[in-house]
Amino acid sequence: MDLFFNLAINGLATGMLIFLLAAGLTIIFGLMDVLNFAHGGLFAWGAYSGVWIYDISGSFLVAILGAIVTGLLLGALTEWLIIKPVYGNHVQQILITLGFMLVLSEMLKVVFGPNQKSAAPPAYLDGSWQLGDVILIKYRIFIILVGALVYGITYFILKRTRIGLIVRAGVMNKEMVQSLGINIRLVFMLVFMVGSAMAALGGVLLAPYSGVIYAEMGMEFAILAFIVVVIGGMGSFTGSLLAAILVGMAQAFMAYYVSELSLAVNMLLMFAVLIFRPQGLFGGKGEAA
Amino acid sequence: MMKALLELHDVQTYIDQYHILHDISFEVPKGEVTVLLGRNGAGKTTTLRTIMGLNPAAKGSVQYNSEDITKLSPYKIAKKGIGYVPEDQGIFEGLTVGENMRVAMKKENESTHERMEWVLDLFPDLKTFWKKPGGQLSGGQKQMLAIARAYMNENELLLIDEPSKGLAPIVVEKVMESIQQMKERTTIVLVEQNFLMASRIGDQFYILDDGQTVHQGAMEELQENETLRKKYLGIA
Ligand SMILES: Nc1ncnc2c1ncn2[C@@H]1O[C@H](COP(=O)(O)OP(=O)(O)OP(=O)(O)O)[C@@H](O)[C@H]1O
Ligand SMILES: [Mg+2]
Repeated sequence: MDLFFNLAINGLATGMLIFLLAAGLTIIFGLMDVLNFAHGGLFAWGAYSGVWIYDISGSFLVAILGAIVTGLLLGALTEWLIIKPVYGNHVQQILITLGFMLVLSEMLKVVFGPNQKSAAPPAYLDGSWQLGDVILIKYRIFIILVGALVYGITYFILKRTRIGLIVRAGVMNKEMVQSLGINIRLVFMLVFMVGSAMAALGGVLLAPYSGVIYAEMGMEFAILAFIVVVIGGMGSFTGSLLAAILVGMAQAFMAYYVSELSLAVNMLLMFAVLIFRPQGLFGGKGEAA
Repeated sequence: MMKALLELHDVQTYIDQYHILHDISFEVPKGEVTVLLGRNGAGKTTTLRTIMGLNPAAKGSVQYNSEDITKLSPYKIAKKGIGYVPEDQGIFEGLTVGENMRVAMKKENESTHERMEWVLDLFPDLKTFWKKPGGQLSGGQKQMLAIARAYMNENELLLIDEPSKGLAPIVVEKVMESIQQMKERTTIVLVEQNFLMASRIGDQFYILDDGQTVHQGAMEELQENETLRKKYLGIA
């Protein structure tokens, strides 16, 4: 029982990290129709900048905020420099964002050095709580709570604010949003920045969780995030949360029982969805939230 | 003569590599309903999309209130006071009727709420399915919503593309009645294949054929001119 529980917590925590990466990806795709393969690079940059800021400031909170700011700035730069010229052209998007992903990866090595770096949670998030015979690792609970909080805030913004309304409308019909006098390009930029910041947040949270960070980590998590986007339905925010939890759980349980198959299982999940429900479990252009 | 609210001069538009509009020129006098007629594929929809900047003109010019708007982006054109009801109505299917209306509201304050009230008085039906997702409305209800939404901003000009398309006669009647009411307050460019409706609401017409404006006149002239109707519209 406690093994099951531990694996579930593990899966949930992993799922939340994947969610932070996938959420931006899915909304960026749904709203802007952009396939952003550089998204994992933002994740890695969040991890590196966060760990670096943690080292010099000694405050994990400052590190998290720093990673978020890094994500916002890098996101703005990416949208402006890389994405803007290739709106509407998927082939060019794939090529240029894949290329930029490599640039982001290499730049990490230039700026922070080529070796992998270790990271540990702050003292107050280290260790565990004992509940009967169940051991709760504090840092994992923390990740789950942060993920839930990000989901809650974003959901509220999408559902209850004007900008959220515009984003949802934009996912359904971009031309009409513009025809009603709204500068969709500005909304694109904003969404891209927020999506990138979520990815960077995921990266900095992952660092103490996995213990080490390295430049290619973005690529590895991005694959999981893409699987999640397909399973959850492209453009569906809640879909990306549920699918991320599903994939996180599958990952955790398979890693324990048959570790060689953990990625394969997620691939299989994705193929099953593509075959039986190609719009994704929660897809269909109706609802972005 | 008073200066026209909207003027197109020798407009040419391409969609991808296809040359769709070859030579479109017309004037829309303030306060009147100008009807664009023409067979399927004549270029009526593309003309409206060119005015909105969705398929910008490659040559020629679009003037609105004596200002050149040819190269402006669609949102800037909309902000100048032009409302657009596309052929497919452009309803946000996953948003409720209320949310569809609110996307068009630039801000929410007393004056915009007053305007909303007033628009809803024109389309009282909308109130009864306020919370229903746009995707679940009937064709006629969607059309009403699309027109009402275009009217939420203080638009001086409405571009309406085939509002009667695919609707039952009784619903067409209703839609046309509301357009007639709006005529009192706005200038309208109406694309309409239903000649009966067009002649009831329209003040003047332009006929488009193969991406060109080929004829114009007062609406009554077309009612009397059977040859013209047969030649370009295929109706007696
Ligand atoms: N996206 C597009 N790509 C290529 N050709 C197009 C495109 N959209 C329209 N056309 C062509 O442009 C011409 C004019 O189309 P348009 O939709 O403006 O005509 P219309 O007068 O509105 O017709 P209808 O009465 O059927 O609505 C048609 O020949 C059409 O095939
Ligand atoms: Mg048309």
